[in-house]
Amino acid sequence: MEDKDRHIIAMKGVVKKYGAFVALKSVSLSIEQGERIVICGPSGSGKSTLIRCINGIEKHDGGKITVGGMELGASAGNIDAIRREVGMVFQSFNLFPHLTVLENCMLAPLRVRRLPRAEARQVAMHFLQKVRIPEQAEKYPGQLSGGQQQRVAIARALCMKPKIMLFDEPTSALDPEMVKEVLDTMIDLAQEGMTMVCVTHEMGFARQVADRVVFMDRGEIVESGAPEIFFRSPETERARAFLQQIIA
Amino acid sequence: MDHIDFSIVLHVWPHLWQGLKFSFMLTVAAFAIGMILGTIFAIIQHLQVPVLSPIVKTYITIMRSIPLILVLFWFFFLVPIVLGYFSSSGRPIPIGPVYAAYITFGLFEAAYYSEIMRVGLRSISRGQFEAAQALALSTFQTYRFVIMPQVLRVTAPIILSQTIILFQDTSLVYVVSLTDLLGAASKIAQLNGRLIEMYVTVAIIYLLICSALSQIVTFLKKRAEPMTR
Repeated sequence: MEDKDRHIIAMKGVVKKYGAFVALKSVSLSIEQGERIVICGPSGSGKSTLIRCINGIEKHDGGKITVGGMELGASAGNIDAIRREVGMVFQSFNLFPHLTVLENCMLAPLRVRRLPRAEARQVAMHFLQKVRIPEQAEKYPGQLSGGQQQRVAIARALCMKPKIMLFDEPTSALDPEMVKEVLDTMIDLAQEGMTMVCVTHEMGFARQVADRVVFMDRGEIVESGAPEIFFRSPETERARAFLQQIIA
Repeated sequence: MDHIDFSIVLHVWPHLWQGLKFSFMLTVAAFAIGMILGTIFAIIQHLQVPVLSPIVKTYITIMRSIPLILVLFWFFFLVPIVLGYFSSSGRPIPIGPVYAAYITFGLFEAAYYSEIMRVGLRSISRGQFEAAQALALSTFQTYRFVIMPQVLRVTAPIILSQTIILFQDTSLVYVVSLTDLLGAASKIAQLNGRLIEMYVTVAIIYLLICSALSQIVTFLKKRAEPMTR
């Protein structure tokens, strides 16, 4: 019980398989409220799969995932309840191209939270201001740059007022000059005390905001620790090899 | 036979107009029924709903392999019998050729609209579904607000092309003794012997309507382009 109260996310022995391929081999990870976690590792290491299991975009095949005290998969209603509290930002933005920026942000508050239109609009404008993009509210996603689109995606997720934000390689699809504006937005968010789980290769960001860096390889958590320790003296050979590759 | 005289068309215009009105009504009814059912069929297949999905698939395959004129025959005779079977009367219930035609065309077109939308659904990236899921939208809300508006936008030109074919196919109702535009023209032609004038006139009417619709198809295609990025 004590465990549940302290950890907003608790994963125990989580297994995920794609046919014969095991993407996650019994992964355990607990995250406290307000904690900022950066997950890194080589491609195919299972880091995206892990983060996508937290809100049930991928269904885990074994183990136990508890988010905000609710166990994922324990009852049919839990997954919706969890998704209402967990925002997600994707590598490819996934904005809805037929809706304006404002409509993108208002959709879930209107339909899921059932806010009145005026209030949903207010919430949407508030968060668009927060990601410093209110002047683009009436435009369509296709008219924006990648960096702007990703900031809209962050605002859209925030409009549901989530307790946890998941970032799945949010800057990997961006041109280099747009990475900073997205990272700055994420740093703002971190400073406000949001619980964040970020899959990213942005080691500068990890150093600046992460409480803990989790290094994954071949479907396992190989090591985890405070960023200054992880970057300076990684314990494992695999982590050392990985760090050398991304710095080079 | 006299000289060709198109002024005759003005005299019989009310009859042609009656026929044309029926062609429109039938097209609109079949479009409405076909689009509603077709959307439901496409989503059932897309979600791979157990039991229903294979039934729908079989239905679509059958409808698409049989000529419309045969379907029209079958339904014209079968629908009253089926209705009679399911109602308490036990006798065939005559529903009249007009409603039989609406239902037949609607059910037939549903198979084609459904195939168009099934392909359209496949063009929507997985990310769209995932984003909707992550925002806690229900399955219904996901299709209603996120997926189908995009599918309709990309498939609009093809749906309209199919509807042009539907409009032309309405002329087949003569087999169940209904009078559409072509039927009206041919009846008048039989009576007054003005075959050339009547058939040229209906050809022009079909041409005008269908080419106008084709212009809209072209416009919709252009509009859909930026969406497909």
